[in-house]
Amino acid sequence: MKDIIQIKNISFNYPDQPILFNNLSMNVHEGEWTAIIGQNGSGKSTLARLIDGLIVLKSGQIVVDDLVVNNDNIFDIRNKIGMVFQNPEDQFVGATVEDDVAFGLENRQVPREQMHEIVEKSLKQVGMWEFRDRIPANLSGGQKQRVAIAGIVALSPKIIILDEATSMLDPRGRQDILDLVYKIKQDNHLTVISITHDIDEAAGADRVIVVNKGSIVEEDKPDNIFGDISKLKSIGLSAPFTSQLIMALKKRGIDSPYQYLNDKRLIAWIKKLVSTK
Amino acid sequence: MSNFLFGRYLPGNSWIHQMSPQSKLMLSFYFVIIIFFANNIWTYGTLSVLILFVVLMSGVSIGYFLKGIRPLIWLIIFTVLLQILFSSGGHVYWHFGPFSVSDTSLINGGYIFVRFLLIIMISTVLTLTTTSLAIADGVQTVLKPLKKVHFPVDTLALMLSIALRFVPTLMDEMETILNAQRSRGVDFGSGSLRHRIQAAVPLLVPLFTGAINHAENLSTAMEARGFTDSEHRSKYRVYRWQKKDTISWIIFLFVGILILFIRNN
Repeated sequence: MKDIIQIKNISFNYPDQPILFNNLSMNVHEGEWTAIIGQNGSGKSTLARLIDGLIVLKSGQIVVDDLVVNNDNIFDIRNKIGMVFQNPEDQFVGATVEDDVAFGLENRQVPREQMHEIVEKSLKQVGMWEFRDRIPANLSGGQKQRVAIAGIVALSPKIIILDEATSMLDPRGRQDILDLVYKIKQDNHLTVISITHDIDEAAGADRVIVVNKGSIVEEDKPDNIFGDISKLKSIGLSAPFTSQLIMALKKRGIDSPYQYLNDKRLIAWIKKLVSTK
Repeated sequence: MSNFLFGRYLPGNSWIHQMSPQSKLMLSFYFVIIIFFANNIWTYGTLSVLILFVVLMSGVSIGYFLKGIRPLIWLIIFTVLLQILFSSGGHVYWHFGPFSVSDTSLINGGYIFVRFLLIIMISTVLTLTTTSLAIADGVQTVLKPLKKVHFPVDTLALMLSIALRFVPTLMDEMETILNAQRSRGVDFGSGSLRHRIQAAVPLLVPLFTGAINHAENLSTAMEARGFTDSEHRSKYRVYRWQKKDTISWIIFLFVGILILFIRNN
């Protein structure tokens, strides 16, 4: 599989701040859902902004889909990447839903007739077409994030970066958004990078990269990473729900051969356990 | 705030709703200028009839307009009173020290009152029938000639539309901060003037820093979505000049000429 994003030996610090990244390298595989997890201040969001060229890199190199991130390529790279940010209120540029989705298209000087078609299609895809003339003040947080996703879908990027996009939503809104992004990813063969400190969100990814204090602690499948609860705890992260359930069962004398299972496999294991008794 | 009508939009589908925002803006501007040419009962009468007609065409009830005028009523009364008490000439009915009331001053006071009313009415019609987005767009179209002298028209229009878009957001935020500070024991709206000004500080400072944060995040999001500058963009919405605009302009121009004829020189 091709590495759609290659980060090679980057070092970075904000002015007058201690070094955030020192010689960091990582890759993101094409077509995968990669979760980057870590505590607040571990440099996750900075990483996303460096990939999109919103912050200028000091040393090292980032390559996105065969293009080096630098001032000449910046707009080509931003065409390939769609970003959803944390605060739904702050990334809503347009006065209404429709105008917000059109914003990215206007920037690319797409002709008007075409723009109307694309906006309609994108809004229908995220289920917000009936809300097209609402103003942001009359939308819920989850609905605003849907609009943000529609704005990205309209530009048909190859990569979607969710920069803590669900952290200000309620559990249901969060699941809705993740399901939506998953569907869009499958339909359009996209690569998704989700930056999060929600462990359950990361548990659904194809690959998890754990960042702590600006360096990569681990990168592996979620099954292998979430097995080691004590290690997760040592870098300030909590364990996913299923791991906690396994632990709680252990305390009550029901021993499990596993440390971590995803929902489906946990249910299967419990069913088996009950039927053998 | 709830009965403050100025700057609010009422959805509708009337003749005036359907006009293009640039012509509505220019018409209101033109109308305000005409008002200052009016100087007798006939001219004011003509303009009042015209504005009544406009209000009826907008499909908004007159009661709504009267409600909109209420917050400004004291300002109007104050100005009218000044005009009545301090203007001189004509037959004097009553005087006391520097104050006097004469027939001319009464008539002038009445004119000022009508003048105020007309200006408020036309601007309320404009804002009630035009979305803020459309107004921003109208401003952009109207100011387009200024591009020749390198005035950043597109940037101004963008700033205007973002400012308008953030008004409800910042209002909500102010409400939240207000309640948060109240729950901590800050008393807004009572005590001496000095005390009240001091009480506003824990409201204004967070509101201000909040606005800066919004700006920072918004500009990042805009950049990530490919925004370079406000000039090299296509437009999703376009408000075209329509037949309705031409007809309205003909009526208004006719009334304008009429005013110039029937005013006393």
